[in-house]
Amino acid sequence: MTRLELRDIRKNFGALEVLAGVSLDVGAGEFVSILGPSGAGKSTLFQLLTGAIRGEGEMRFDGAPLDGARFAFMPQRDALMPWRRVIDNATLGLEVQGMKRRAARERVAPLFAEFGLAGFERAWPAELSGGMRQRAALLRTVVQQRDMLLLDEPFGALDALTRAAMQRWLETMWQSHRWTALLITHDVREAVLLSDRIYVLSARPARVVREVAVPLPRPRIESAALAREAAAIEAGILDTLLGAADPIPDHSMETRND
Amino acid sequence: MALIAAFAKFFPAALAFALLLLAWELYARLGGIAPTVLPAPSRVLAQAWENRAALADNTLPTIRATLAGFACSLAAAFVLSALVDFLPRLRRALFPLLIASQTLPLVAIAPLVVLWFGFGLLPKILLVALVTFFPMMVALVEGYAATSAEVSQMLAAMGAGRWRIFWLARLPSGMPYFFAGLRISITYAVVGAIFAEYAGAAKGLGIYMLSAKNNFRPDLVLAAVAVSSALTLALFGLAVLVQRLAMPWERAGRDRKAEPSGHRP
Repeated sequence: MTRLELRDIRKNFGALEVLAGVSLDVGAGEFVSILGPSGAGKSTLFQLLTGAIRGEGEMRFDGAPLDGARFAFMPQRDALMPWRRVIDNATLGLEVQGMKRRAARERVAPLFAEFGLAGFERAWPAELSGGMRQRAALLRTVVQQRDMLLLDEPFGALDALTRAAMQRWLETMWQSHRWTALLITHDVREAVLLSDRIYVLSARPARVVREVAVPLPRPRIESAALAREAAAIEAGILDTLLGAADPIPDHSMETRND
Repeated sequence: MALIAAFAKFFPAALAFALLLLAWELYARLGGIAPTVLPAPSRVLAQAWENRAALADNTLPTIRATLAGFACSLAAAFVLSALVDFLPRLRRALFPLLIASQTLPLVAIAPLVVLWFGFGLLPKILLVALVTFFPMMVALVEGYAATSAEVSQMLAAMGAGRWRIFWLARLPSGMPYFFAGLRISITYAVVGAIFAEYAGAAKGLGIYMLSAKNNFRPDLVLAAVAVSSALTLALFGLAVLVQRLAMPWERAGRDRKAEPSGHRP
């Protein structure tokens, strides 16, 4: 069952054309990634979805035009508030929805163990490591119990080892919860590891240049045979990305906030 | 251990201060300078003790004026900075006026304010507010603006309105800036009150200094100066203490950074 449908989404900032007709679907319980070079307009797409900016095109959810509060959004950096303890950061979305702080804490507290944060409920965010901060940010995102998760390069700021650990952890978490999720990333391996389907975007102005299904069984981290199949898919996507991009090498996939 | 560490931290400053007093004492005693020109620190101390009743009697009104003026200034800074945050046009209207207010020479303005508002508490409140308001106002406005765009976007996506975003993100983001401004402006507060009293008051350290000077008693002027310095230092210490209590997360972050081996998976 299709939940989110985007049809021919366009967005210009003045003379700058950012999105040149992006169409995509996300089904119920599906993990979909948007993969594209930096500056392609991936984050602009999320801003359109959360209503922060307006663009052209059709956005539908469960068949009806998209209205406000469908998404729980996880921004690029963890965006934890340093002045709130970890548990109060986790309850932020519930408090904004009008839940009393006490009730929100009771709802969130049992989830700390599953998110690897047991014992850190009363800690300040500054006392956590990078991986723990991202898990706290994801906890804050999922407890909002919205229809769909929007994850904007959630592991982009982590060191390589922590990032790999977090990707594996997220895959296990997703397997037990089956969230409907849309992930933005420019990490091909991350997209292949986590997604059911991948939309590959061109450089700006962004269009979908390829849609890749990833039919690998889960969990995907365990076997060597799976790793070979994943590597083949990764290679195919890289060919698309680098072939579509400007041939000058320093224009490729540098990390930059877009 | 903490006591020894604190002692080691303050020892250089204490030593420098003691040496300065010692040099002053020796110069005043051995230089044959009349105590009506430059009294030795020991004489200032002795006279301060002898006149402690009069000093205390004049210190209380100064404390009252300082605290009342500073409280008004603090409240005004919070209210106006919030208004300016919601109405950027008001900011463009107000800031040139506020900056102009900081160019007024206190020596000229203080007697006029006393002339207009009399010898009561009001002119003192106004003058203390005039010198303390601006640093806090600027700090708060800049602090709100320092809110991370990602936090604002996330709150908006959660369904928070403008007022919610101000309360949950912009106000707390402004706190480190606010306390930086508070520490600056609190050091002006006592001086502002004394200026106001100097221009005209029934009682207060300012008027006490003026009459001591007119009676050729520099020792009593300096005794009053010492009291006002102590007041300022006490207020500064109070501001630092309030900051620590209000922002416990700041120290948590610093403790972690001081200990690089404390990495958790």
